[in-house]
Amino acid sequence: MTKVKMTVNGKAVSREVSDETLLSEFLRENLRLTGTHIGCDTSQCGACVVHVNGKAVKSCTTLAVATDGAEVTTIEGLANGGLHPMQEAFNEHHGLQCGFCTPGMIMSSVDMVNRYKAEGRELTQEAIRHELEGNICRCTGYHNIVKAVEDAASKM
Amino acid sequence: MTTGIGARVKRKEDKRFITGKGKYTDDVRMENQAYAAFVRSPVAHANVKSIDKSAALEMEGVVDVLDGHQLTGDGIGNIICGWAVTSKDGTPMKMGAWSALATQKVRYVGDAVAVVIADTQQQARLAAEAVEVEYEELPVVAFADKALEKGAPQIHDEAEGNLIYDWEIGDEAKADAGLAAAKHITEMVITNNRLSPNPMEPRSAVATYDEAEEHYTLYTTSQNPHVARLVLSAFYNVAPEHKLRVIAPDVGGGFGAKIYIYPEEITCLWASMKTNRSVKWTADRSEAFITDAHGRDHISTAKMGFDESGKITGFKVDTIANLGAYMSLFSSSVPTYLYATLLSGQYDIQNLHANVRAVYTNTVPVDAYRGAGRPEACYLIERMMETAAREMGMKPSELRAKNFVREFPHETPVIMTYDSGDFDANLAQAEAAADVAGFAKRKEEAAKRGKLRGLGYSCYIEACGIAPSAAVGGLGAGVGLWESAEVRVNPVGTIEILTGSHSHGQGHETTFAQIVAERFDLPIDNVSIVHGDTDKVQFGMGTYGSRSGAVGMSAIVKAMDKVEAKVRKIAAHQLEASEDDIVIEGGEVKVAGTDKALGWHEIGLAAYTAHNLPPDMEPGLKESAFYDPSNFTFPAGTYICEVEVDPDTGVTEVVQFTASDDFGTIINPMIVEGQVHGGLAQGIGQAMLEQVIYDEDGQLITGSYMDYTMPRAADLPNFSVHHASTVCPGNPLGMKGCGEAGAIGSPPAVINAITDAIGNNDLAMPATPQNVWNALQAASAAQAAE
Repeated sequence: MTKVKMTVNGKAVSREVSDETLLSEFLRENLRLTGTHIGCDTSQCGACVVHVNGKAVKSCTTLAVATDGAEVTTIEGLANGGLHPMQEAFNEHHGLQCGFCTPGMIMSSVDMVNRYKAEGRELTQEAIRHELEGNICRCTGYHNIVKAVEDAASKM
Repeated sequence: MTTGIGARVKRKEDKRFITGKGKYTDDVRMENQAYAAFVRSPVAHANVKSIDKSAALEMEGVVDVLDGHQLTGDGIGNIICGWAVTSKDGTPMKMGAWSALATQKVRYVGDAVAVVIADTQQQARLAAEAVEVEYEELPVVAFADKALEKGAPQIHDEAEGNLIYDWEIGDEAKADAGLAAAKHITEMVITNNRLSPNPMEPRSAVATYDEAEEHYTLYTTSQNPHVARLVLSAFYNVAPEHKLRVIAPDVGGGFGAKIYIYPEEITCLWASMKTNRSVKWTADRSEAFITDAHGRDHISTAKMGFDESGKITGFKVDTIANLGAYMSLFSSSVPTYLYATLLSGQYDIQNLHANVRAVYTNTVPVDAYRGAGRPEACYLIERMMETAAREMGMKPSELRAKNFVREFPHETPVIMTYDSGDFDANLAQAEAAADVAGFAKRKEEAAKRGKLRGLGYSCYIEACGIAPSAAVGGLGAGVGLWESAEVRVNPVGTIEILTGSHSHGQGHETTFAQIVAERFDLPIDNVSIVHGDTDKVQFGMGTYGSRSGAVGMSAIVKAMDKVEAKVRKIAAHQLEASEDDIVIEGGEVKVAGTDKALGWHEIGLAAYTAHNLPPDMEPGLKESAFYDPSNFTFPAGTYICEVEVDPDTGVTEVVQFTASDDFGTIINPMIVEGQVHGGLAQGIGQAMLEQVIYDEDGQLITGSYMDYTMPRAADLPNFSVHHASTVCPGNPLGMKGCGEAGAIGSPPAVINAITDAIGNNDLAMPATPQNVWNALQAASAAQAAE
């Protein structure tokens, strides 16, 4: 067991965990932040994406001990109070159906928009589709997710 | 009206999902919760010689290790198929025994033989690996056609030669005569590739036994919690219905895979009693691939005859359907009543015959997956039509239009009665939206870039809203297929709708509220939808087969009719007017042409205070209804796909996909379009990417997202979705259903487009670059030989 300390959604947390504990498990089971989902076991589906020090990572492939001291943001902490423009856009454009992939989709998409803005690159529909490679949705056919990301990008 | 029928209302349920506050089964945590891990067969066919639990029982955190002998010893019943299909010789289907935990024999890779219950998930999984099972391996048959061969390994004693049933529909003599009279015959061997449904939320169960009350609670990922409770109670003997509560909270997609009651749910319930602990099991994706029922997997030979003008003279189909190692809950109905009954397509075919043989193989059980039988029918007919048109030198649209059904009701030779539709309108709308007229130019332009451009059609029809209970009962269904609803008007006038339908992505909390808001002219936020809990909601049949609109919402309408009748009586009594003069609008109940009115909330209060009600009227304002449809509904439409193929690599891109659907009345176009998008993605996925592959030893080759190709954003185009609707005469809202159309109609459009591009009709799904490239090479070789 190892003591892990990190900041999750702006709050300092510390827990004793076994070394093999994944960040996804730490968030879901130790902190009971169940908005981060597990949809596969090969790091393909992206339902588990959170931000670690501002960057999107798949929390199912990250050890909790490896994020000791990090700033972690989950879907629950994306917005303070209201809704993040990306969350609003997913609602506005019907970018979700069953909602299971949605937290990961939103977290990946926020990171995507941030990166493109920081690099001054144009976020085209084609680029959005390419960037969503690590996030699988079975419900929407991606059509409305792409529209949502495009719209949120113009508001972020 | 901004929130009523036809309005693009934003979803009420979204907030919890976009903020991470959805509550799925794996999010449930009970006091004193333990975890289940299953010991599964690593081989496809074997006798179980022994199970040694001793090492596992010694491991840290292990509560117990339970096996099938204990399970059956406690009287837990075998898993059943709930739809009886009779072979053409009059014999009943041959159902082999299926115990939730195998006792004597395992029949597919993943068949469970024991379960470990431990304090943590990790401990349970480690201990499951320490259970020593001795298998005596038996010969394996993983493919449906091979399973029917003489001398094939026998999978169940009950089904000789692995044949479950040999069934037929239609008139064979007439079909033969029609073919004999034909001027042209198109003959094809068509496979419908095996798929894994893959809802993104893996299946999960949390079972709790209350010893004092002898009562069980099961949280589970179900599309139909009442059906789950019924089957768990009546057939699997877990507990009587009144001692079993099934809750299907937020469910992360279903697509059919979450209709059935699987070994894991049964075992968790039973294990919670055995161990006196809450027992949780959540599949990982690898486990989902070897336990969730697969879909499709047909091999068919078909012959279609045409006269000189292109009219269909006869159609004959012979299909082998792979049902896997055991018969899942509705498996028998999929390749029969949900498939062969749709083989007439949109066409007036007088002479039609289909024969279906369902077989056991050493593979995961196969059951309904989005579309269920109808995609297989549509793919067969629409590939035949496109190929026939090419062979006869006709335009594919012209050949189809030549044979369209134009008068309704239309009775097909395969027991369906189409009630409405305007197939010409959908074809015309799709052709215009797809700019078919401009295709030649686009093809020319693509050729300059070295690309082969192709165009393909699909004119689909499906049967939804299943269905009149007496009709399906006559066809062998073990259940009725009505739906129920309860409308509760609270004393303050807010409304709760309790529905037997279940939402797992379809947006019922919004669309169901829309029809209530419209009917009583109330703010949509005053309406809430309750579903998914057998303790809260009256018995209901759940959601599958695109039935929640046509059947589920119809039940709500019927209950609202009763509420409205009572509201009118109360208002007429209190306002001293005739019931006929009462109008409900703007949050008020008024007397037409006067200023006399009561607020909607005042009616609610009057009903519950009961101080001044008409004589003999019961207090309260709550009504329920059970709605049984009078017929199936028949969504139909035309899909047009345009592709570009890179001839050097076989890489194919869907560059344009156009849909024109007839769904009848549409409550929320935004949600309906979303359903079409998702269906199209699954259909294009089937056509180009997805395939469950077994090797000859029955080992699953495509057991993870590294091997099974799920459609991703970059694999798909933006969709061009349109509606040209006729009203369904069979239900009060005129709805036909929209949930499966995309998955049903799209695969043939894609393959027809690719075969058009490459000039070879012989191409199987999925059209991977390799398959397309090989087909291109074959076409070039054939051309060179000429």
